[in-house]
Amino acid sequence: MGGPAVSVRTEPDAVTSAETPAAASARRLRSGAVTGSRWFPYILVLPLALVLWGYIVQPMLATFSESVAENAGDNYAGFFTAGGVARQSLINSILISVASVVLCGVVGVAMAFLLRRFQFPGRGLIEAIILVPAALPPLIGAISFQLLYSETGILPRALQQLFGTEEPVLAVSGIAGVLVVHTFTMYPFFYLAASAALRGLDPSIEEAAYNLGASRLRVWRTVLLPMLTPAMVSGALLVFMTSLASYTAPLLFGVDQTMTMQIYINRTNGDMPLASTYASVLGVVSILFLLAMRWYEGRRSYRSLSKGVASHRREVTNPLGRWLAMLGSLAGVAVLLAPVATIALVAFSRDGSWTTQVIPSEYTAENFRTIFAEPRAFEPILNSVTISAVATAGIIVVGVLIAYAVRRLRFVGRSLLDIGVMLAWALPGTVVAINLIAAFSTGNAFSFGQVLVATFWIMPLAYFVRFLPMVFRSTSAALAQIDPALEEAARNLGASWPRAFLTVTVRLVLPGVVAGALLAFVHGVGEFVASVLIYTSQTEPISVAINNSMYRFEMGTAAAYGMLQVVLIFVVMLVSGRLENGRSSRSAREATQWAG
Amino acid sequence: MVEVRLDAVSKVFARSGDPAVDEVDLTIRDGEFFTLLGPSGCGKTTTLRMVAGFYFPSSGRIFFGSDDVTRQAPNKRDTGMVFQNYALFPHLSVAQNVGYGLKTRKVRGTEAKRRIDEALEQVHLSGYGARRIDQLSGGQQQRVALARALVIRPRTLLLDEPLSNLDAKLREETRLEIRRIQREAGTTSVYVTHDQAEAMAMSDRIAVMNGGTVQQVGAPEEIYRRPANRFVATFIGRSNVLSLPVVGAGPEQVEVAGPDGVTLRAAAPEAHGLSESATALVSVRPEHVRLTGLDAAGSLSATVVETEFTGMSTHVTVDLAGTPLHVAAVQLPAGLTTGDTVGVVLPPEHLWVVRP
Repeated sequence: MGGPAVSVRTEPDAVTSAETPAAASARRLRSGAVTGSRWFPYILVLPLALVLWGYIVQPMLATFSESVAENAGDNYAGFFTAGGVARQSLINSILISVASVVLCGVVGVAMAFLLRRFQFPGRGLIEAIILVPAALPPLIGAISFQLLYSETGILPRALQQLFGTEEPVLAVSGIAGVLVVHTFTMYPFFYLAASAALRGLDPSIEEAAYNLGASRLRVWRTVLLPMLTPAMVSGALLVFMTSLASYTAPLLFGVDQTMTMQIYINRTNGDMPLASTYASVLGVVSILFLLAMRWYEGRRSYRSLSKGVASHRREVTNPLGRWLAMLGSLAGVAVLLAPVATIALVAFSRDGSWTTQVIPSEYTAENFRTIFAEPRAFEPILNSVTISAVATAGIIVVGVLIAYAVRRLRFVGRSLLDIGVMLAWALPGTVVAINLIAAFSTGNAFSFGQVLVATFWIMPLAYFVRFLPMVFRSTSAALAQIDPALEEAARNLGASWPRAFLTVTVRLVLPGVVAGALLAFVHGVGEFVASVLIYTSQTEPISVAINNSMYRFEMGTAAAYGMLQVVLIFVVMLVSGRLENGRSSRSAREATQWAG
Repeated sequence: MVEVRLDAVSKVFARSGDPAVDEVDLTIRDGEFFTLLGPSGCGKTTTLRMVAGFYFPSSGRIFFGSDDVTRQAPNKRDTGMVFQNYALFPHLSVAQNVGYGLKTRKVRGTEAKRRIDEALEQVHLSGYGARRIDQLSGGQQQRVALARALVIRPRTLLLDEPLSNLDAKLREETRLEIRRIQREAGTTSVYVTHDQAEAMAMSDRIAVMNGGTVQQVGAPEEIYRRPANRFVATFIGRSNVLSLPVVGAGPEQVEVAGPDGVTLRAAAPEAHGLSESATALVSVRPEHVRLTGLDAAGSLSATVVETEFTGMSTHVTVDLAGTPLHVAAVQLPAGLTTGDTVGVVLPPEHLWVVRP
């Protein structure tokens, strides 16, 4: 599997790395050698800055003013009054996030150690599919866990039948259900971070500790853990942020008192000021975490690479251990593939046929036939593709230009531009939707005087804001890997600047851009969190159609839609894996993120 | 302070199947500075890592004195290792790095502090204890690594190309330093390098390795003057190896037919097994070949192919009956240029027969 749809920003890349020749020439390049004019950067940057201001920052401010427009005191007081819904929701959200961090940390780090440090039967297979559960689109992912592990889920019912008990066994519900979903979908933040840190860890440092007489436990305590700390802190921050923004899991497991759910509930009840209040608080908390993360990543991480002896995986040799490892691997594969398998199974079940059985009893291909044959059923697919395509087109133009400006040009406010994009990344989808509603429920300059709420255009706009960071980051990572000396070499060989830029820089950045754009598109097709707040019956996207089918107990239809999303995602992951093969394999990871 | 003995040690890595180290027998004497020398991939680092315990031999045994340590865990062996990239703990200060091994040995408090200070003083880094590792230069890091290995007073000191990341001048200073400290401590030391000059300058004895096997073990001078085979002769310094037909064989010398019908006498190791009509490989060092006039006694005639002035001497390549011969001459016959015919003298006391 090429590009995991989950990413971790552990590598501080060019921001913190020591002055390399590439960085030095990058500075040279930025200082105006490329374009001559001192004003050129500003001519390029001004429209970009306006876009970020108009569609990200200004809507955020609009939400805030909406929240304080009338009885602001009451709206915010809720967060400070004991026993109130607001306060309880904030506490719940934070507690869920903390628990998610702990669970994901344990699972992710353990997995990283197991797969990096040991060689056992089935290791390669597990490593290949370890990111599959997290790659599912947020809604269909959460639904698959509900179908598997809730009271009406396959596993508890199967155990019930097996043991002949009254009640389903090991069923999860409420907050426990939310935590199961979070653990399965977010442990990759820890897994990828710890795995990268372990790979980057010079094995001779550990050997030095053993050589000096340290026992295995002591090496863990005094060398490995301290050296993994940076990776674990960034993993923890990411999981915390993502959990805080999580909306689908609480929705499906009926945990109403979380921040995201309260935003949704108040918005659908028509209490926009209160929804805005929640959105403002959640937005501010997310931004604080973004700042914490940037601050932390600015610090050094312990990476030392030596050309010395490569680290060896320890072979599990004792026969009992091998058997256990084999069984464990099989169980692991089953657990990792169960969500996708469940969706595939249910997609072929007849709507309404699955009531109390362990698995659906009647199977049919009707669901797929309906989707493709009936225009009304096909419409959500058309909508999702159109909206995502429009959004992706905008994302490519703006994302690539911002990346180029931030990486290669020198101008005042460069880091503000960077932060603007990161803001879009940090804001939960729910908050993005509320922001756009607040800003564009009346016309303003950025909507050319038009009201956007309840129109088609608010949909691609929301997707644009949510997924802009993907193309920005993949492009910027690709740019960072290109030594500006290459462009200089082209110029030295007689190419004009546009020619050198097009034939060298653009050509080399292209795979990164395409990979980022594909990801943005695929996340658009899977988008649910923001859509559910802003769609109309004419613009209903796939995920919303899935949700509505679930409400009508048409699980077969819902799963069939979901299956189409899943297939699309895996095709795109394969394609971008191809694209990213080789030198810029990092940019795909940089670009992707879990869009829950 | 202990003798280290390797008894028919082999290491086969599962992936390749070929032995990386093949039946190596070595005895490293108590207090000796012993070098494993060879080109990259010759098995020297693998051998060292088996002594350290990071690999277990596929077969054979390793002894520290009378202790069989063949399958002992690395943290139980009490060796001090200096890694090629130093492997200093980046999250610990200089003093904490040096003190790490003391902590594992339960040396604490003032005793630990005293020994850390002593070790840092020994490597001329007094007062650097509170520094962070990334605040040190490469040479300083190297010395911290050495202090960290020595402060625990290990039974053996293992050094894996510790100088390869330093620049040329610092490398020469540091090798003197390492040798001085090792002599003071008297620790049995195993040193791995691919740099033959380094090996010659530092070692009591050298084992030359190639292709996983030991080619020759001996004092630097012995290896230089009496190389066992063609590989050792050409790897250690530059050497001319001429294939010449044997015309007479004695127990410790052979007579070979040189060009121009001249018979040359060359010393040979005992049991060289050469007889008449066999071909002997005769090695002669460039600095031992003399360039003369054509009329000098016992001289062979050769054509100058190339001259290269290096400062200390001039490297001259001559064509001797179709074979290139390297000569390092301190003084050249006046006006010698490419294409000239010169006399070449191969002094019998410097001719040495090597095995293939």
